[in-house]
Amino acid sequence: MTQAMERADFDLIASWVQPGERVLDLGCGDGSLLKRLIEERGAKGYGVELEDAEVLAAVANGINVIQGNLEQGLAGFDDQTFNHVVLSRTLQTVRHTERILGEMLRVGREAVVSFPNFAYWKNRMAVMAGRMPVSEDLPYEWFDTPNLRFFTLLDFESLCSKMDLVIRERQVLDDAGRQVMEEPNFLGSLAVYRLGR
Amino acid sequence: MSGVGLVAAQRAQFSQPLQLKGGGVLPAFDLVYETYGTLNAAKSNAILVCHALSGHHHVAGHTADNLANLGWWDNIVGPGRPLDTDRFFIVGVNNLGGCHGSTGPASPNPATGKPWGADFPVVTVEDWVDSHARLADHLGIDAWAATMGGSLGGMQALQWTLSYPERVRHALVIAATPKLSAENIAFNDVARQAILTDPDFHGGHFYEHGVRPLRGLRLARMLGHITYLSDDQMAEKFGRRLRTGAGSYGFDVEFEIESYLRYQGDKFAGIFDANTYLRMTKALDYFDPALDYDGDLARALARARAKFLVVAFSTDWRFSPERSREIVHAMVHNGQDVAYAEINSAHGHDSFLMDEPHYHAVVDAYLKRIKL
Repeated sequence: MTQAMERADFDLIASWVQPGERVLDLGCGDGSLLKRLIEERGAKGYGVELEDAEVLAAVANGINVIQGNLEQGLAGFDDQTFNHVVLSRTLQTVRHTERILGEMLRVGREAVVSFPNFAYWKNRMAVMAGRMPVSEDLPYEWFDTPNLRFFTLLDFESLCSKMDLVIRERQVLDDAGRQVMEEPNFLGSLAVYRLGR
Repeated sequence: MSGVGLVAAQRAQFSQPLQLKGGGVLPAFDLVYETYGTLNAAKSNAILVCHALSGHHHVAGHTADNLANLGWWDNIVGPGRPLDTDRFFIVGVNNLGGCHGSTGPASPNPATGKPWGADFPVVTVEDWVDSHARLADHLGIDAWAATMGGSLGGMQALQWTLSYPERVRHALVIAATPKLSAENIAFNDVARQAILTDPDFHGGHFYEHGVRPLRGLRLARMLGHITYLSDDQMAEKFGRRLRTGAGSYGFDVEFEIESYLRYQGDKFAGIFDANTYLRMTKALDYFDPALDYDGDLARALARARAKFLVVAFSTDWRFSPERSREIVHAMVHNGQDVAYAEINSAHGHDSFLMDEPHYHAVVDAYLKRIKL
């Protein structure tokens, strides 16, 4: 993914965090988002990350990173400890989709979820042309992708409905990071949702 | 190869009595310690390294009298190493009740002039931290940049943040646990029974009889050693290999693992003090900061002001990663600053002593963030 896209995603999330709020970033990587939320928004941040190299980078960034596997849920984190629980561009890599969404809203008051939209028109074009899509937001080849779940805005919203999750806000971006207002499931490359119970 | 070169132990004498958690009082005591690096003018760069069950003050470097005597955590201390002596002033101290120079069961009891032996009080992690604080005063250190340790040493690093919240800026709690499990205590008690039932123990007053309970101490160490290793590591290192290639259908040393454990037991029994071993295991058993808080670890840790790095090792079944996560989650509950790394390592509990590159990189990255 490009820096521009990463910032567009992070810009939105940062705008939703108020000073002093507690944020848990799942799959926090090197802690770039948390660092920004701490420095710019005055948040109190924690991250969960599985990969050794990312944990090391997050420690070097001074982040409260907790090494752990999201597939095992968020055992140990107390109920309703965080104002926001963020899962940025990671839901598609998680096998236990419903469990992690449920866990996010157990430990946090709000879940912030962003994911690549498989129904983005360029992805549809790729499939129409007979190939799996490789794009800014789906940057992997089919044989090396960490992504396990391929879904669209409509798919995600129907799961939210099934799980009784309330969509508080939805922002959709194209592959240049611009906001998409119309036909989001066709024109949107990345979706960012705020969910509650 | 040592990073800090030749080192020499120092001795600090404390004449003010030390009130112990178990109710006793030590009228006066000595602590033996070593330092590496230079204390800066602001005295803001000091790191206290706390030792585990069989450790001591000789953390790094060689001693002049015996060049083979390399410090027990030399691989992490020195110029350019994670505990960088170009930047930090490192202090290693032998704990009270020890057998490497600090006041302990073999020291003379001022009341009798004879060795304390069984009369030396049972000391706790809290008592050690109180004694360390006297040493910090002696060295002019108001606050540690960090307290640090593995296993029982990690418990001291943690206890420092609870006993003296304003005197610790960071704590590195490695391969530790918030309290021992029943199984942990059970292992410790079998080790103690081995010592206590050795006829040469003489109720702890063996010094006067000119003997040492070597058999008991040897068994205690053999048992302990099993719990420090991992099943995988033992399988890889020894497997079921026989020393002679074929079974003799007797009870002599046959399997390589037997040979290894007996060697470790003999080596340890030759240098360690049985009374010290009893007290170190008791200090482990009693450690439980949540006890005064109805078992609520989060409340127990709430008074800490330090930032934390907690590290656990995948194959450590003595103090498993799950136990470290209890500490981490209590701190997250409190909104305290904590980072947690779970290191893949084959070496079981002893992993904390190993030169594992990723582990050392994490410690290094954490320590580099500390502002002096």
